[in-house]
Amino acid sequence: MNRKQRKNLIRIITASILMIFLQFVEVEGAARFVLYMLPYLIVGYDILIKAAKGIKNLQPLDENFLMALATVGVWALAIYSGSGDYTEAVAVMLFYQVGEWFENFAVGRSRKNISDLMDIRPDYANVENLGKLEQIDPSEIEIGTTIIIQPGEKIPIDGVIIEGNSILNTSALTGESLPRNVSTGDEVISGCININGVLKVQTTKLFEDSTASKILDLVENASSRKSKSENFITKFARIYTPAVVGSAAALAIIPSIVTGDFETWLYRALIFLVISCPCALVISIPLTFFAGLGGASRAGVLVKGSNFLETLSKVRTVVMDKTGTLTRGIFEVDAVHPISTNCISENPTEARQLLHYSAHVEKYSTHPIAASLRKAYPNENDGCTVENVEELAGLGIRAEVNGNVIHVGNEKLMEKIGAAWKPCTKIGTIIHVAVNGEYAGHIIVADKLKPHSKKAIEKLYEIGVNRIVMLTGDIKKVAEKIAGDLGIKEFYSGLLPAQKVEHLEKILAEKSFAVAFVGDGINDAPVLARADIGIAMGAMGADAAIEAADVVLMDDDPLKIYTAIRIAKKTLSIVKENIYFAIGIKFLCLILGAVGVANMWFAIFADVGVMVIAVLNALRALRI
Amino acid sequence: MKKNYKIEVDCANCAQKMEDAANKTAGVKNAVVNFMTLKMQVEFEDGANVKEVMPRVLESCKKIEPDCEIYF
Repeated sequence: MNRKQRKNLIRIITASILMIFLQFVEVEGAARFVLYMLPYLIVGYDILIKAAKGIKNLQPLDENFLMALATVGVWALAIYSGSGDYTEAVAVMLFYQVGEWFENFAVGRSRKNISDLMDIRPDYANVENLGKLEQIDPSEIEIGTTIIIQPGEKIPIDGVIIEGNSILNTSALTGESLPRNVSTGDEVISGCININGVLKVQTTKLFEDSTASKILDLVENASSRKSKSENFITKFARIYTPAVVGSAAALAIIPSIVTGDFETWLYRALIFLVISCPCALVISIPLTFFAGLGGASRAGVLVKGSNFLETLSKVRTVVMDKTGTLTRGIFEVDAVHPISTNCISENPTEARQLLHYSAHVEKYSTHPIAASLRKAYPNENDGCTVENVEELAGLGIRAEVNGNVIHVGNEKLMEKIGAAWKPCTKIGTIIHVAVNGEYAGHIIVADKLKPHSKKAIEKLYEIGVNRIVMLTGDIKKVAEKIAGDLGIKEFYSGLLPAQKVEHLEKILAEKSFAVAFVGDGINDAPVLARADIGIAMGAMGADAAIEAADVVLMDDDPLKIYTAIRIAKKTLSIVKENIYFAIGIKFLCLILGAVGVANMWFAIFADVGVMVIAVLNALRALRI
Repeated sequence: MKKNYKIEVDCANCAQKMEDAANKTAGVKNAVVNFMTLKMQVEFEDGANVKEVMPRVLESCKKIEPDCEIYF
């Protein structure tokens, strides 16, 4: 609670106590007027002052002016009729102020909550100077500076660890609660929290180019891109107030002349003025989007604007890239088939021998497949002699291991040396191995599916996506297998990046609902840009992804696609609830007021109540 | 040229009115007020002098909402 809020709360409480007290006091005439004027002025003086300013600035539709006019009108009617019922006027002002106070408090609170949630901004960086640690403003650190990160501190700038091991908490960035182990040589990203070890990090970026700064910038500007719902409300508010005030004027004049009952109709017109403020709507819609964006970023999904959240909620077709999105994009040994096993069962000893040879042969190669073979045989450096390594372009590698001539490569290589190679039933890249010219067997290397890919596809169908398409540059056989494993019915293989755009355009032309494209953001930027909504995966460090996409998933988990759509849907359903609810109650109130069923109390309760409920409902979007 | 300013305003509708007022100010190409983050993003017209435009923006905002503030 800030000072202004505290002051207003004291005014509200004082006025309320006075009002309760006045209910037990019996005074008449001028004394009564003065006594009731006291709480009215305490709680409403600022409104009256603002109203006066509004008149001076020729702003007759200012809500302060309208509220002042309504309450002064009620005062006048009470005096005119001689009823001495001043409670109503004071109460209207009092409740109006309660509503304002609540709005202010709730918005301030949620503003703070949401910004705390996204609080990844590092305040300082430690730099060693003459054996002492100094805290320096991170924006002053140059590239290549060595910074020290102590346990419990945030990593201020992206860099590479040059000394130390630790566990990092990346949850502020990724929504992933599982901590990550890091050690010397690993890249670290700003915004993560160092949990237990002291790290020496050499910075690779400037502060403003670091991940944390970029993400903050993105999140802070996100709610400035307004959605259609927000624009609708803005337009509605512009028409609503003048329309209600106009009807109030008509209500005060026309029936009064016809019926001659001036008091009743003026009272009904004043009810209109009380309901004329569109605040409940104008506050709850952007607040819902803001909460939705905040909730999403807490879950590791960055949405670049309210408009994208809106589009995301309408997605019925999801087009996906394969490598890096559904699969890891890293090759791994899938199976080892020594000649004796005939592609059916595995023989551990012979399989090990096969891996042993191939790992040795591939010792010096930088090819991704070589890396996968070495990874499958971790104790490669075991004292065996590897000599006369020869790379045979387009075929494979030949080397001598412990005096045996080993050939590792494709079918062509086997044919060239006259080894009787056998085809494999498994799908993937097949690496054949020959020992001293004799065929020894093959190793199947494949890109593995991500652990959540299958679940992600299932969940997407569950949430209302009715068409999932996979686009890939890979060969048909591999694409077919992946699609089959995941339950994707539609796929196109062997595509160049430009052809992916063509395919997407075809899909866009067929659709009636929004089409999302999900990719890893590295080589599919044009496709990301072309889709109704582009979702990039794995923003941890990939600038291209942050730039190109409308939605950025902070880690590689395809399940986040589902999370993103779910949050969007929930936010939009809250937005709709609030629009219908607030407009509905206001119109109901106007009708009831016009026919004389609703009184002033009803009007102010409807006005304040709708706002309170709409704000509370909006905050649900934060909890996803 | 786009610039971000911190603002102070109490109600959402007033923020909307500030946006309208800022947009009608000479020298402003486009203004967006974000009530949730209390920020105003102003895109200036080519050749407009920011130092001259911003006081005008504040003045027109004050006219419709005396309680508001723009920090520039």
